Amino acid sequence: MGNFFGSMPGAIAQGFIWGIMAIGVYITFRILDIADLTVDGTVCTGAAVCAVLVTSGVNVWLAILIATLAGVLAGCITWFFHVILGIPAILAGILTQLMLWSLNLKIMSGANVAVSSRTFKVLLTQINVPMALVFLAITAAVIIAVLYLFFGTEIGCAIRATGCNGAMSRAQGINTDVMKLIGLALSNGIVALAGSILCQYQGFSDINMGKGAIVTGLASVIIGEAVIKHISKNFAVKLAGVFIGSIIYWIVYQTVVFFKVDTDLLKMLSALLVAVFLGIPYLKKKIGGKKKKGGAVNG
Amino acid sequence: MDNVMLSLKGIVKKFNPGTVNEKVALNGLDLTLEKGDFVTVIGGNGAGKSTMLNAISGVWRVDSGSIVLDGVDITALPEYKRAKYLGRVFQDPMMGTAADMQIEENLALASRRGKRKTFAPGIRNSERARYREMLSELDLGLESRLSEKVGMLSGGQRQAITLLMAAMKQPKLLLLDEHTAALDPKTAATVLEITERIVKENDLTTLMITHNMRDAIAHGNRLIMMHEGKVIVDVSGEEKQRLTVEDLLEMFSKASGGEFSNDRAILS
Repeated sequence: MGNFFGSMPGAIAQGFIWGIMAIGVYITFRILDIADLTVDGTVCTGAAVCAVLVTSGVNVWLAILIATLAGVLAGCITWFFHVILGIPAILAGILTQLMLWSLNLKIMSGANVAVSSRTFKVLLTQINVPMALVFLAITAAVIIAVLYLFFGTEIGCAIRATGCNGAMSRAQGINTDVMKLIGLALSNGIVALAGSILCQYQGFSDINMGKGAIVTGLASVIIGEAVIKHISKNFAVKLAGVFIGSIIYWIVYQTVVFFKVDTDLLKMLSALLVAVFLGIPYLKKKIGGKKKKGGAVNG
Repeated sequence: MDNVMLSLKGIVKKFNPGTVNEKVALNGLDLTLEKGDFVTVIGGNGAGKSTMLNAISGVWRVDSGSIVLDGVDITALPEYKRAKYLGRVFQDPMMGTAADMQIEENLALASRRGKRKTFAPGIRNSERARYREMLSELDLGLESRLSEKVGMLSGGQRQAITLLMAAMKQPKLLLLDEHTAALDPKTAATVLEITERIVKENDLTTLMITHNMRDAIAHGNRLIMMHEGKVIVDVSGEEKQRLTVEDLLEMFSKASGGEFSNDRAILS
């Protein structure tokens, strides 16, 4: 059993990193009300850009910054497809994701790039998990704090209003197109940031590393919401809940691995989990009829 | 011309042009509102009432014609830019507010209508006292629920808040699109009362669509009836005061030429 508990810090570190990614998913899915599939490609873009830059001698902080900006750009492309060309959001995300697949291969000049922590100066590595955990906890705290402040500003409120009710937002003078741009860019920037951190932690970037990221992210968001539901409605707590959800997800993953359950099944389980949790509110509404939940028109 | 607030000239809007479903919603609509006019709008289904408000709001561009608001041509202005000059309340109580945001956040959004959005706080402490006061004037007990989600409120309460939001920045024009139609009669009466008060207090030029002829007669200083994308009846002043529902039905019958019986049910 010692080995099992020994693997937990690593699982928590993975949870933190993918939690950053899930925060990006939270911004589009919960705040903007767009299911943005770009992220499956953006994770790898962030990792690829970071890996290539670090291995060619660029300062790691600068590499992370450029990787993040690459993610921002990916978000802008999806926005262009969706808002300017009028392509449904889901398809717009898939199109960008597919573009990124080719782009990621070009960036890495292949399917993967190794970033050895022995050769290159990186911020964290799975060889030193405790240090990595300190770095990740601080990073998570900073992200929560910055986003908490941002979504309390006029721009942040306008983005929230846009996701909640577009017609109302335009009637209140909000340029909803611009707000969607900011939201998608911010979201994908954060996802790419997560990718750049992940490639340092695991010591390589790989073309497959973002596969199913949207589902993993949604699962984290949903698990987190279930955990913090009764604690607080504060926005910062909600963001922290995403990290908690992600860490729980990875602890479960690690447990499944330890007990030698077929890990091939894990993505199916994640997908089913997301389907069930997204389906329950709908079914409740359908069966419960007009019970509560903003449905009261009269009085 | 000084006294003109809104001038619609030759507005044409077709939906699904060139298809079998083509519908001419506005067919060369002309309408001029003077400053301070409170105009009630009636007409059967598909007469173009809501389409007219959407044309003014800029939900889409009109096919032809011009829209001039207080001397400024806004025909080509995008919806979010016109919002600066317009207050809008919709038929669906869900539509005018952001359900997942707090009451005070909704009001704060409205108080920043037409302002360039920055990194300044979305709401300041100093605003809350003002919002509390505005809400207490509604007399719906909302002044103690500032931080509650709007989604928790009833339709009537949401419409009342939407009215506050619409009037907040002293709009040049208040557009009410059957804003009491989805409410029960008692709540509808309350919301109309609030409407009347807000319009008077702020001296707002108002266009109010209603399906209720009695309301159309009782409120405002002018009444127009629309049919097939045009204004077919326009009465104001004392003549309007003396109107009865029967008069309106009669007028409609005459002006629309025999379609009286079809639309009678809709109008009454």
